[in-house]
Amino acid sequence: MSQDQVLTGGFAAPPQEAARAFRAALEAMARPGRVQVLTGTEPPEPLSVAAGTLLLTLCDTTTPVHLAPSHDSAAVRGWIAFHCGAPVVSAAEAAFAVGTWDALQPVSRFAIGTADYPDRSATLIVETEGMAPPNAVLRGPGIECSHPARLPEIAAFVANRAGFPLGFDCYFCAGSEVIGLPRSTLVEAL
Amino acid sequence: MSDHAYNFAYLDEQTKRMIRRAILKGIAVPGYQVPFASREMPMPYGWGTGGVQVTAACLTPEDVLKVIDQGADDTTNAVSIRAFFARTAGVATTEATDQASVIQTRHRIPEAALTEGQILVYQVPIPEPLRFLEPRESETRRMHALEDYGLMHVKLYEDIARHGEIATSYAYPVKVEGRYVMDPSPIPKFDNPKLGGMAAIQLFGAGREQRIYALPPYCDVVSLDFEDHPFVASKADHACDLCGSEVSYLDEVIADDRGSRMFCCSDTDYCAGRRAAGHRGRLSPEEVA
Repeated sequence: MSQDQVLTGGFAAPPQEAARAFRAALEAMARPGRVQVLTGTEPPEPLSVAAGTLLLTLCDTTTPVHLAPSHDSAAVRGWIAFHCGAPVVSAAEAAFAVGTWDALQPVSRFAIGTADYPDRSATLIVETEGMAPPNAVLRGPGIECSHPARLPEIAAFVANRAGFPLGFDCYFCAGSEVIGLPRSTLVEAL
Repeated sequence: MSDHAYNFAYLDEQTKRMIRRAILKGIAVPGYQVPFASREMPMPYGWGTGGVQVTAACLTPEDVLKVIDQGADDTTNAVSIRAFFARTAGVATTEATDQASVIQTRHRIPEAALTEGQILVYQVPIPEPLRFLEPRESETRRMHALEDYGLMHVKLYEDIARHGEIATSYAYPVKVEGRYVMDPSPIPKFDNPKLGGMAAIQLFGAGREQRIYALPPYCDVVSLDFEDHPFVASKADHACDLCGSEVSYLDEVIADDRGSRMFCCSDTDYCAGRRAAGHRGRLSPEEVA
């Protein structure tokens, strides 16, 4: 791990770029399945630009982050420590979790909130291969009729919706592209 | 030109991240009130500090901001909040609904249909719809958790028993996605039908009460009612005296000290647009020189 890798790659103009990134993240979560572009950071491998930008936009010293084995490297830990200051924790304590879908398993470990406070739930930042071809149809809040999406599996998200208003929320990242999948979305196989 | 003594959009970055996380959870659980650590703003509680904080967390340098107070662009609250963000964020401002990308509102939804790409930010005084029925936060939280909304229907029923109809005319409670009962902020119930199925994102900020909640686009929002007393979106039974519109929400204005009154659109941009297009009402001259 070189010092350069850790110290570089953050937002060049944090207030403005984080604001633009948040708007893309908001649109993604508010319109599930619709692809948004997230740029502004250059995180170390294997973090995608979209995942790195999400971390710098949403995470800080108050948000415990879990790194799945696919992303738990000294370079990633050092980058997050320098740019976010977020503590790296186990899956059950995490407010945010980063990794490939396989590495994040079992997702039942993550916080889904409580009946009184459903917002105390984890947000999963899932690295994927790409946004195509679609294998799922999404319906629900944020979607006028239905919207196609590429998801790593179907059953886990059907189960997550069944627990509404409890559940985890997901971002799926590939390169600089991102889609959101809140717990409120109904997922069906295409 | 923004004022460089302040961070972009006034709030510090850590505060904005905290608010942004709350907004995203609000979007994920439509109608649920997410607690957030509301900051002291350079205006008193009750002047839209919740809305201002949500707007500050959403604004980008490219945004065009519109602020309305009871539908009007030219009232004190609207003018000062618009000036606040023009100064601290350097964003462009407008009074035209269709030109704005972010609209902060107090107690109205614009007459013109909002589109995708727009965000409507509501200033909320009392976010808890059950608060006047049950003052204890611990109890109302439990009632939301258990979906125990019988008390709200009792309240609406008592309206009918006392007045012959549901007398609640503003802040009329709605049920979101069949789950959470939500206070739509003190908008007239005339505006309630616009809450559901809206193309724009709707965000609600309550500064003093420290709550943020949200409606994603195309959300299912139903005004509470009874089969034999269905919800009616009412307005004053007049046409606008300035632009002649018979479908817009009207303000009643006392015109002099002899009791004469006039009705005019509460949405000033809508009314001005109609007059510019040649529409005339009872009190507006045919041709303005």
